[in-house]
Amino acid sequence: MSDAPLIEVRHVKKYFPVREGILQREVAHVHAVDDVSFVVREGETLGLVGESGCGKSTLARTILRLYEPTAGEILFRGEHIEKLGRRRMRPLRREMQMVFQDPYASLNPRKRVGTIVSDPLRIHGIGDRAERKKQVGALLETVGLSPEHYNRFPHEFSGGQRQRIGLARALALRPKLIIADEPVSALDVSIQSQMLNLLEDLQNEFQLTYIFVAHDLGVVRHVSDRIAVMYLGKLVELSPAEELYSRPIMPYTEALLSAVPIPDPDLAEKRARIVLEGDVPSPINPPSGCRFHPRCRYATEICSQVEPPLVDYGNSHFAACHHPLNVDAAAPATAGAPAQKD
Amino acid sequence: MSEHLLEVKDLSVSFATEDGTVRAVDDVSFGLERGKVLGIVGESGSGKSVTAMTLMGLTRGVNARFSGEILYKGTDLLKVSDNDLQSYRGQELGMIFQDPMTSLNPVYRIGEQIVEAIQAHEKVGKAEARARTIELLHQVGIPNPESRVDDFPHQFSGGMRQRAMIAMALSCNPAILIADEPTTALDVTIQAQIVELISRLKDEFQSSVIFITHDLGVIAEIADEILVMYAGRVVEQGTKRDIFYEPQMPYTWGLLGSIPRLDRPRADRLHTIKGMPPSLINPPEGCKFRPRCPHAFEKCAEEPALESRVEDPGHLDRCWLTVDYKRSHRDETISPGTEAA
Repeated sequence: MSDAPLIEVRHVKKYFPVREGILQREVAHVHAVDDVSFVVREGETLGLVGESGCGKSTLARTILRLYEPTAGEILFRGEHIEKLGRRRMRPLRREMQMVFQDPYASLNPRKRVGTIVSDPLRIHGIGDRAERKKQVGALLETVGLSPEHYNRFPHEFSGGQRQRIGLARALALRPKLIIADEPVSALDVSIQSQMLNLLEDLQNEFQLTYIFVAHDLGVVRHVSDRIAVMYLGKLVELSPAEELYSRPIMPYTEALLSAVPIPDPDLAEKRARIVLEGDVPSPINPPSGCRFHPRCRYATEICSQVEPPLVDYGNSHFAACHHPLNVDAAAPATAGAPAQKD
Repeated sequence: MSEHLLEVKDLSVSFATEDGTVRAVDDVSFGLERGKVLGIVGESGSGKSVTAMTLMGLTRGVNARFSGEILYKGTDLLKVSDNDLQSYRGQELGMIFQDPMTSLNPVYRIGEQIVEAIQAHEKVGKAEARARTIELLHQVGIPNPESRVDDFPHQFSGGMRQRAMIAMALSCNPAILIADEPTTALDVTIQAQIVELISRLKDEFQSSVIFITHDLGVIAEIADEILVMYAGRVVEQGTKRDIFYEPQMPYTWGLLGSIPRLDRPRADRLHTIKGMPPSLINPPEGCKFRPRCPHAFEKCAEEPALESRVEDPGHLDRCWLTVDYKRSHRDETISPGTEAA
């Protein structure tokens, strides 16, 4: 792993308009991603966690420019990509690929596996037909399928195998960055662990950088070097993976961790559980101040009025909270977004 | 042994398909005590959902074949006619489905759907049914039930829809609540709320619960007894402590070892169960887990019976390995790369 940033996200916002009436006037905005900044270094895995509706998938797609950012800057290897046109974006797309959540919906049911995996090569004009076929065979082997699967259709495969096909497609162009949006959440545990091990092997083999979006904190801890926690469009905590679990600072992270069921009856019984009340509020009218305050058990007056800045707690651990947990009073408290710090 | 509310004996379910006969459930037996939670775990295709749906009579069809018995208070539910079964559904057995998004009718208000369920089973007036619906929504933790009762399903979040489903399942005060992956589609925070709700309601209503899931973490929190299913069969059965602390079947070890666990140091490498679950049309000869089992030996070509092999009579498994071999080999699977605490 090197320290060079591969992707840098600076104050990125993505709002979706809410339209109403026959004139389809914009009456409000969904604040899906609201002022998020972070850096992903080459060769590392950044885990992105949060409840559904927290904006993690939107953020992932915005980084790839599948959505146009409303504001903010996205840098790939130091180059601004947030305003590049389609044509200038295309060569960069070879460098960043995506693996989707749903293995059933993300493969065209009418195309053969060979076509699905070789399409990226064809689109980017790599090799001739025979050359591509050879490459696809090798790719299928890399992800643990066999070259004989070339002429089969997606419906002939199980969910886990389909996810491997999606991974082969993402690898076809030898990208630097793979954004995986819940790549294992649709799979059974035994298949899930196969897939996680495969992702790890591929990272070592091809020096890949991953942004790994998931809601399962066990899975995220297993794959990530650093973890970003999102809540209602905001980045609320960013930390080295192990430290997030041993020393969560934001009460939301603490609650999220305590909600994960532990497959050990004795521990499960002993454990004090923090059950969060209610659901995630609407991102159309997010709560004032700290967006977590209506569900937070430590919330005081200030939380509903002032939005807490992302503060550096040392050891590249950042959190946005007025009542940080697991922190000495003497801990350094310097405000500043991580993007500027790095 | 105490009286069982529900007794399933040698239940087999098969479906005739174009490709051959699918033996979805094969020789499954278990009992359910009053006020207890029975957890059924297994991967997709292991037969856990078909077992649950068969209890409710939801798998009946021209291509389905059943054998065995489902004894509920002395009546064999497999032999009850479709019409009579209707009086069991809802009042005696309630079911919560996996997908709260698709199991509510989107064009009817939440309240109407629950009122309909109540009136289908009991002779009560509309006003009374509505009052009961509001009370139920209150019990399952829906805020402002008086006004939310008139909402449509799309106005509810996923967690609230699952609560509404639970309210509907509870509407006729069933003796047995069957929950088929009730938390799988939900976030962990909402999952924690639902698990807590189900165990609280179980205590309040004195219901028995059959809780189906593939998540061993959830099972560890809620179940009393556990069935582990594989390829339509029960491969291990025991109390929660048996399954988690004395697992006998290599498949159970594999499931336990595949989970990335928060309560332990991060493992370098997750354990995987190689291959895929077998086809139920042409299942492998002998032990169904043999092709994927790293501990298989000659004897596994013959299928082991589900019997008690450890000193504990309630703990059953289907595996030829000796108890000593199992005790010395299972930890390398269950906690790969880390020293077990």
